[in-house]
Amino acid sequence: MDLIELTDVEKVFTVRRRAGLLRRERREVRAVDGISFRVPRGEMVGYIGPNGAGKSTTIKMLTGILVPSRGRLRVAGIDPSRDRARLARRIGVVFGQRTTLWWDLPLRDSYGLVRRMYRIPDARYRANLDRCVELLDLGALLDVPVRQLSLGQRMRGDVAAALLHDPEVLYLDEPTIGLDVVSKARVRGFLRDLNAERGTTVLLTTHDLTDIEQLCRRVMVIDHGRLVYDGALDGLHTVGGSERMLVVDLERELPPMRDVPGARVVRVEGPRQWLAFPATRSAAPLVAAVAERYPLLDLSVREPDIEQVIARLYGDGPPRT
Amino acid sequence: MGERGHALRAYGLIAAMWIRSTMAYRLSFVLTALGNFAVSALDFVAILLMFSHIDALGGFTLPEVALLYGTTCTSFGLADLLLGNADRVGRRVRDGTFDQFLVRPVPVLVQVAADRFALRRIGRIGQGALVLAWGVARVDVEWTPGRVLFAVVMVVTGAAIFAAVFLAGAAFQFWAADASEVANSFTFGGCTLLQYPPTVFAKELVRGATFVVPLAFVNWLPALWLLGRDDPLHLPGWAAFCGPAVALLLLGLSGLAWRAGIRSYRSTGS
Repeated sequence: MDLIELTDVEKVFTVRRRAGLLRRERREVRAVDGISFRVPRGEMVGYIGPNGAGKSTTIKMLTGILVPSRGRLRVAGIDPSRDRARLARRIGVVFGQRTTLWWDLPLRDSYGLVRRMYRIPDARYRANLDRCVELLDLGALLDVPVRQLSLGQRMRGDVAAALLHDPEVLYLDEPTIGLDVVSKARVRGFLRDLNAERGTTVLLTTHDLTDIEQLCRRVMVIDHGRLVYDGALDGLHTVGGSERMLVVDLERELPPMRDVPGARVVRVEGPRQWLAFPATRSAAPLVAAVAERYPLLDLSVREPDIEQVIARLYGDGPPRT
Repeated sequence: MGERGHALRAYGLIAAMWIRSTMAYRLSFVLTALGNFAVSALDFVAILLMFSHIDALGGFTLPEVALLYGTTCTSFGLADLLLGNADRVGRRVRDGTFDQFLVRPVPVLVQVAADRFALRRIGRIGQGALVLAWGVARVDVEWTPGRVLFAVVMVVTGAAIFAAVFLAGAAFQFWAADASEVANSFTFGGCTLLQYPPTVFAKELVRGATFVVPLAFVNWLPALWLLGRDDPLHLPGWAAFCGPAVALLLLGLSGLAWRAGIRSYRSTGS
């Protein structure tokens, strides 16, 4: 069953800009420009794109915060903007940039309030809280007011708050932004377990592609309000026309190896040469060809940099209106 | 029961939580509540000073003015306590923290109104109620059960009318984040206006306060009836009983504006 469904969803903002002393210009900005996708129950999907591509706008429509200008949206069968309060019981939301907790209250009080607001049965609340406290290492933080928490601590606190009511869908908007390596690893590990054990559907936006690589099998790329890619992470290479790199160490300095079929030399540094070849092809025949013709000391294959692949995808998007 | 019950309980929960958190600093609470009491009491001191030079203000005696003053302050205080924090919504809209209200299973208005629930505002209510009690005891009115009930309804209606104005002010902040100042001129300004008899003001002002922003139904029209006086606009006698209907109408309109505001909310980037 598809838990999240979007069909031709658009969000248009009218921006008023001062043009002259009193005159004002109205301009329409399409933050989301006709997006359709489905997410089945239990899937963990990465949603990436450059700044201003429409990621957050999409998430905000999926939570009911923003009303779509056009198109159809359903989350767990509910139209988010019409039935926001009913939907709220079934989703969890974490905004990396700002907390949904009460700034002046200790975490424990915030959680208590969440429990009453969502009417979470006692036993379930305690089980969920204990689990979060343990896995997210919140024990020492429960009595600290939210405003005194560090960014990483607060984020863990936010993730816990979003999960106390056992949501079916969890939206994470930049959940690892500004976190140190240890906090990142902890949050990622927690999310992976959550998805594996509870089958929670997760939609995650991020700028950190490691998040995606470690958590999501499926990735959607949005640019200028349109989906430019939706599929497996590996598939990005095919689409992005990315290249792998064969790094060859020769016995001595030689002129660039121009006679290796299917590859081209992109760099030479003394006895070391870099050969680029399509990521979709195997490295084996290439290695054989090189070894046959040249005095080889050592070699290694470098995987394409996903960031570059995505940067190329962004570049190919439709022009900004 | 049902959703409405849940909403009220949620209001209680959030308010209780804020009360608990203010009570962590008990002395500070007592001082601010007293301060609240004292500041609003100064208004009445001004009236007392006036009456040390005159016997009647616009034809109203001191106890009669006390009755007007007491009902307004109590009504306003109640509305301010229950809904006054709604005017913080503009700031939240601007900095994007309004988002968090929209992802919780409790009506947004409940969360906004109960946000930072300020119990210290009972200072103003207490002060208004004291003056009201004194006025009630001293005015030349025969307090039949019917009239007592009428006075109680008047205070509640007044609170509802002020609440509607607060709500409308909050709603307009979705379009103009600084609208709270305009709204304040109607709430706080209206409260000051209604402390005095309508007869001291120009007729245009009274007319405006009756037909444009119908604050006159908070206490002027009902109190005039209670005190057996003619109103300066010569409205039909039943106008004094229209308060509850006016309050409901206003609340309905403000509620619609609030809904429209939420639907037009644009959040902030990222």
